[in-house]
Amino acid sequence: MARAKEAQVTDIYRPEPATVLQAKPVTEMEIAFAFRLDSGRELGHLPGQFVEISIAGMGEAPISISSSPTRKGSFEMVVRRVGNVSGAMHRLKPGDKVGIRGPFGTHFPVDGAMQGKDVLFICGGIGFVPVRSAIQYVLDNRKQFGRVTILYGTKSPAERLFCDETVAWAKAEAVTYIETVDRGDPKWKGSVGVITTLLPKVKLKPADTVVIVCGPPIMYKFVLIELQNMGLRREQVYVSLERHMKCGVGKCGHCQINGVYVCQKGPVFRYSDLTPIPEAFR
Amino acid sequence: MRTVKLSQQALDQWVAGLIRTQAVIGVQAKGDRFEFAPLGRSSDLRLDYDVTILPPKMFFQPAREPLLAFDGAAGFKTLLSDEPFVLLGVHPYDLVAILQMDALFAADNDDIHYRSRREKAVIVACDVQSASPNGFAGCMGTATVSQGFDVLLTRVADIYVAEAGTAAGAALLADIAKAPEADAVNLARREQVWQDNQKLLRKHDLRVSLKELPALLERSYDHPVWEEKARRCFSCGSCNLVCPTCYCFDVQDEVGWDLKRGVRCRTWDGCLLKDFATVAGAHNFRKSRAERYRHRYYRKGKYMPEKIGQIACVGCGRCISACVSKIANPVEVYNRLQEES
Ligand code: SF4
Ligand code: SF4
Ligand code: FES
Repeated sequence: MARAKEAQVTDIYRPEPATVLQAKPVTEMEIAFAFRLDSGRELGHLPGQFVEISIAGMGEAPISISSSPTRKGSFEMVVRRVGNVSGAMHRLKPGDKVGIRGPFGTHFPVDGAMQGKDVLFICGGIGFVPVRSAIQYVLDNRKQFGRVTILYGTKSPAERLFCDETVAWAKAEAVTYIETVDRGDPKWKGSVGVITTLLPKVKLKPADTVVIVCGPPIMYKFVLIELQNMGLRREQVYVSLERHMKCGVGKCGHCQINGVYVCQKGPVFRYSDLTPIPEAFR
Repeated sequence: MRTVKLSQQALDQWVAGLIRTQAVIGVQAKGDRFEFAPLGRSSDLRLDYDVTILPPKMFFQPAREPLLAFDGAAGFKTLLSDEPFVLLGVHPYDLVAILQMDALFAADNDDIHYRSRREKAVIVACDVQSASPNGFAGCMGTATVSQGFDVLLTRVADIYVAEAGTAAGAALLADIAKAPEADAVNLARREQVWQDNQKLLRKHDLRVSLKELPALLERSYDHPVWEEKARRCFSCGSCNLVCPTCYCFDVQDEVGWDLKRGVRCRTWDGCLLKDFATVAGAHNFRKSRAERYRHRYYRKGKYMPEKIGQIACVGCGRCISACVSKIANPVEVYNRLQEES
């Protein structure tokens, strides 16, 4: 018979308790959450990493962290209602408890390749969520990075995330922020068209730029071709891949792309490292 | 360590003694086939079996395994099995599979659930006495083993040679302190059994060297065989289910009557099943049958070797027997690639 063992054993599957500080609907489909671990410790993540969030009775889901570790005291996520767990999360209110495991996976190279470079962020849809963590990090450590360019595409104006923040970014020194939508609405005055249509508007120094790309699977193909046309090498490009990260700890097998466990060697990859991995872009 | 000889009668008595003092899982008949199951009587033990329907992995990673108990939103407690048991009659190829699982569950992040079951098990391995219709352990280097067992039994003529491989195994054999040491003749005969088994367990003949298999797969990714074979694949996952080296899992919460308390359970999963790589939001990252079918061969022959340095197929032949479409034979696939790419 299985018996309950108290906390002294190290169990890679046991979540630790956290409390919802904030739950704010931001679009029709998405809620922005802030959490704090009940132990009081900081989550200790880096931009691009994810956690497994538990709703007891519903299960776990991998969710990327949308806030920067430079902002202490809490960590944030934006959760789209797509499955059982995210559906249950949409009923959470401040004060409610969840379970957290992690942070897991690799991060955007804010402490490595991005240092001292111009940074181009290219985000589609919900792919903006993990990238926001990196953008905050860069802006909070402004001197360590060069020019910042942020391109953001969504299907419609109503689906845009972090609107207040992007308005502020657009005004910041040495930051270019451009957004586009696939289909506008009567009030929309901005760009219309897929995200690749923004690239010709960007002036960059190809040799001195690091690119971060995050979006739906379909977006990668076109963006990556366009970047190569602009003279960027695969080594300068980082992508974040979405997979079914069930366990987060390299055991369950669900996240594999060929022989690579995305939960451990990803979700953030240098594009050139994905060349020998045909399942990376599907 | 001690190596003793046991008559059939002495073996029966020893097993009966084990059953009296601890939980024993042993091989026994199930209809006209065999299975590992709790052993009630020593006379039910069938060390002459060819292969069991399912491998012994379920005693280390049960098909449904409670990992955590929860009470309310955040109170998760680790559940661990604390029952020691003896696993009796494990064939060498299945032992090799268990040793691979040991490495995989311990690698990078130690899995306490697997380890706590594993550490409580004493494994009595047994050399094969009758070959199964589809086994090819002889081609995989897994027809015999020289380590990893607590005790190894080998039938030589009408007696058994029992060798202790660990202190736990020696302790188990201590019950039969009066058993005579195996002599040179017994040991020479055992050597002969090992040599014979290398030849006997070759119902399919792999013509690729194990060292070259990863490289062969490396250049065969777009070979037509994947599409061709997968056309007849039902995505039933039987080949995963019966495989001693398949350990991929799903995790689900089961809630009690009060909707507050429950357990988080790990269950077996398989990469051949249609939705194995589907994410919430419904995008399936391995949509076609051929991609899923190919993934299993690559995992066994390339990805796992890259991780643990061994081919993750031990040649038990269970997948060959289990597949109703007759397409799951690794030897057939690897030989074909060898000829054509
Ligand atoms: S057992 Fe055969 S039919 Fe079933 S999933 Fe495996 S290969 Fe396909
Ligand atoms: S792939 Fe088939 S033959 Fe190889 S270990 Fe698994 S079930 Fe046995
Ligand atoms: S999420 Fe389970 S192995 Fe990566």
